[in-house]
Amino acid sequence: MISQFFILSSKGDPLIYKDFRGDTGGRDVAELFYRKLTGLSGDESPVVMHHDDRHFIHIRHSGLYLVATTSENISPFSLLELLSRLATLLGDYCGSLNEGTISRNVALVYELLDEVLDYGYVQTTSMEMLRNFIQTEAVVSKPFSLFDLSSVGLFGAETQQSKVAPSSAASRPVLASRSDQSQKNEVFLDVVERLSVLIASNGSLLKVDVQGEIRLKSFLPSGSEMRIGLTEEFCVGKSELRGYGPGIRVDEVSFHSSVLLEEFESHRILRLQPPQGEAPGLPEVTMRPAPKKPSSQCQTAPSPATRGGQVSGRATGARAVAPTSLDERVAPGRVELACPGKAGTEPSVSPNSSLSQELSGPEQKAELGEGALRWDLPRVQGGSQLSGLFQMDVPGLPGPPGQGPSTSAPLGLGPASLSFELPRHTCSGLQVRFLRLAFRPCGNTNPHKWVRHLSHSDAYVIRI
Amino acid sequence: MPYLGSEDVVKELKKALCNPHVQADRLRYRNVIQRVIRMPKLDQWGQAEVLNFLLRYQPRSEEELFDILNLLDSFLKSSSPGVVMGATKLFLILAKKFPHVQTDVLVQVKGPLLAACSSESRELCFAALCHVRQILHSLPGHFSSHYKKFFCSYSEPHYIKLQKVEVLCELVNDENVQQVLEELRGYCTDVSADFAQAAIFAIGGIARTYTDQCVQILTELLGLRQEHITTVVVQTFRDLVWLCPQCTEAVCQALPGCEENIQDSEGKQALIWLLGVHGERIPNAPYVLEDFVENVKSETFPAVKMELLTALLRLFLSRPAECQDMLGRLLHYCIEEEKDMAVRDRGLFYYRLLLAGIDGVKQILCSPKSDPSLGLLEDQAERPVNSWASDFNTLVPVYGKARWATISKYQGPERRGPELPNAASFATSGPLIPEESKETVQELPDSGALMLVPNSQLTAEYFEKTWFSLKVAHQQVFPWRGAVHPDTLQMALQVVNIQTIAMSRAGAQPWKAYLSAQDDTGCLFLTELLLEPENSEMQISVKQNEPRTETLNSFISVLETVLGTIGDIKS
Repeated sequence: MISQFFILSSKGDPLIYKDFRGDTGGRDVAELFYRKLTGLSGDESPVVMHHDDRHFIHIRHSGLYLVATTSENISPFSLLELLSRLATLLGDYCGSLNEGTISRNVALVYELLDEVLDYGYVQTTSMEMLRNFIQTEAVVSKPFSLFDLSSVGLFGAETQQSKVAPSSAASRPVLASRSDQSQKNEVFLDVVERLSVLIASNGSLLKVDVQGEIRLKSFLPSGSEMRIGLTEEFCVGKSELRGYGPGIRVDEVSFHSSVLLEEFESHRILRLQPPQGEAPGLPEVTMRPAPKKPSSQCQTAPSPATRGGQVSGRATGARAVAPTSLDERVAPGRVELACPGKAGTEPSVSPNSSLSQELSGPEQKAELGEGALRWDLPRVQGGSQLSGLFQMDVPGLPGPPGQGPSTSAPLGLGPASLSFELPRHTCSGLQVRFLRLAFRPCGNTNPHKWVRHLSHSDAYVIRI
Repeated sequence: MPYLGSEDVVKELKKALCNPHVQADRLRYRNVIQRVIRMPKLDQWGQAEVLNFLLRYQPRSEEELFDILNLLDSFLKSSSPGVVMGATKLFLILAKKFPHVQTDVLVQVKGPLLAACSSESRELCFAALCHVRQILHSLPGHFSSHYKKFFCSYSEPHYIKLQKVEVLCELVNDENVQQVLEELRGYCTDVSADFAQAAIFAIGGIARTYTDQCVQILTELLGLRQEHITTVVVQTFRDLVWLCPQCTEAVCQALPGCEENIQDSEGKQALIWLLGVHGERIPNAPYVLEDFVENVKSETFPAVKMELLTALLRLFLSRPAECQDMLGRLLHYCIEEEKDMAVRDRGLFYYRLLLAGIDGVKQILCSPKSDPSLGLLEDQAERPVNSWASDFNTLVPVYGKARWATISKYQGPERRGPELPNAASFATSGPLIPEESKETVQELPDSGALMLVPNSQLTAEYFEKTWFSLKVAHQQVFPWRGAVHPDTLQMALQVVNIQTIAMSRAGAQPWKAYLSAQDDTGCLFLTELLLEPENSEMQISVKQNEPRTETLNSFISVLETVLGTIGDIKS
């Protein structure tokens, strides 16, 4: 049971405020919340906060705070789930969720809240039900896009428009406005995997974890059936083995209750009738003990050297080599290596610390900032090897006398973490074989089906 | 509720479940329950709500109970964490008397909880971590094989990292201790000082079981010569030496040299305490303390000065030649120049104590240097699942039990006032406790010939020895409702000159307290109070070193009066 719900911008301005029960406080609650949030001390958690007899529970979603207040001791799981569901719903209706779209669509948001919550109780969050009640249309501001121009087809050239959709294609309101007849039938299917890898300083893998998820956003009229074929070698658990190849092994899979699994056992086909908008998810939870190979390796060979007998000055050199043991086909977009300074070396950012670098490519960039060394690689080709040699002077840090530089870890640098995105590649090897629609469109066009595979690094950390 | 769950039936059923007439009729209620459980087309919010309603139902027979549990089994496999947790709570509460069923459920819920712990939503992850900690309190080995799931990653926010460190500290066992310590050691040099300190405290927590490895890691950390690391390590050492005396030697060897890297009050106090108590094993202890004495004028924290006075006096007892001169200087400074009253009084006190003779000083200052039994008494190892089952899937674990207690005390009387007048009356009578206790004191001299001596000082060891050597002279049970507030009780007992030797924390189960008192003839009364979680009775056992029934009876009546007063206020 929720007493109030409000949305704050990242700066704390209230965008939406709704009181459901009128039992507590007034509008200044939003202000109070933001004051409490910014005034928190280090070891307090912001998720649940308390003032007088009111609990504030919030989530942060694309820079906005979605906050619910309640005076009851309710289930935190349900409430957090509701808040993230609300975020998805608002995103579906307004196109995307950010400060601009919310303030343009205030009327729509209030209408939606009215239908979803009544006197603080959830009524429904299903798109199916809600579409019958929501009358307001979303105000969309069309961003200027080069793709619009390219569709003109300069000099009669075939454009890529028919094969590639811009990344913003899916961020539009799910419900077609009545006036707009050019509504496209589209389905977006993303296979997203998050990697968290921990590599020890000697190169051995300490921890590899892949969590994957299939996301579906459908603009089709609801009720149309859909079949998704996954890779046949997909096996769940330890015992089972399918196909001849190494197989794709996952520890655990869970499906949304609306997914029909009759053909899953035999042919790895999921059948479902997705509602419009972002389906609440057919999360495929993957926990894998060890993959075939880490997708990208980074060797950092630190060579600490003391300079000219000064005890106070200490140079830390790090040679980072990043051979990517990937197929040539896979090209990770942008790779960023961040190496935070360790405790006590924050002064390393001070102007009198110097950084000398040798990089293997001209377009790469390395800089010191926010207490960390950042090495930016705009484009990395699969199978290539890149190296960078950094030498950092950290002043004012006395090296441990007597012990020499051979202590367990050089003091100057923390673990290096890589952040990257691998499009068209999944670490587990899970692929969507096909996506078939049982539905025959009454209109003129065939539905467009877009399938994306993507893995990105959640935490890819290499100890130095 | 107009269209909840998209089914009219649901609406009807939910109404029926709230209807007192239906609830009064067991058979009708049971039918309704059966229909609700079999409801296939509820959405997740409906399911969560229904599970919440079902908490009110108490099955009449075992058969019915397992019937319901079987029907609800599918909810445990739901993809919505809210429903899974709701179902788990229901299982835990319904299967109150079947611990193996509870354990089974907690095994089943492991997967969803771990998935939530690594979910993309930070907030959900946090809530899940809090619940993992809750489960670990009862089943310490439950998540041990999944310890890698709780390693922190670089990009996580601070509050999640802190929770994960706590979890790691609790799930450690023989198999994973090496890896967990390795990981925690990595955190100790994190950029964020708060996080680094939390990691060091966590290592200190693990050190109570795996002392050698941890002390070694902590000693290595001292070598880094970082201020914020050194101060926390020294504080950890202080607590460790108190609880695990076997590591004293290693700690004493590690200490020299770290005084250069300590600037804050907490760290200085810990270091000075260690130097004072174990000074005879640290060769340069007097010289370190001398530095502190030299700089005492510029010292800003009174607590450090107090600590310094005590430590120096203790060290003086074991190494008089090296300390005499500076002790004199320190006392002179504290008495003549110090502005802080508490420090000056402490200085004067020690001065007069020294005047009274060195034997007296020894008797007073040489208290035990460690007390492992205290740690064991405080660490109520495994709490039963039933003690927190009703808090599962609520805000209590998310806030943490201690914070929740302050919150609910704060809002309790206003919110629950009309339903539970007891709570309100407690709140108003709360501040009156001391006065009422004083009344009991005044009537005490009339109640019998018993005169309890105010300053009967008993050490815990002496108490333990005497306790085991004596037989129970008197045993009785005393009606008691609710939990005990140890502070209140201790205060009230002090007023009647009964000394508290040891006491469990508030809310611990079973709750225990050991009391001692001495009358003017030197007769000792040793008492154990025991509050079992199930019974609503306090069991009192009294032992006496001289068998005299009339004083025993009057002692018991005194004790009863105090307990009665506290009990009345409570209930």
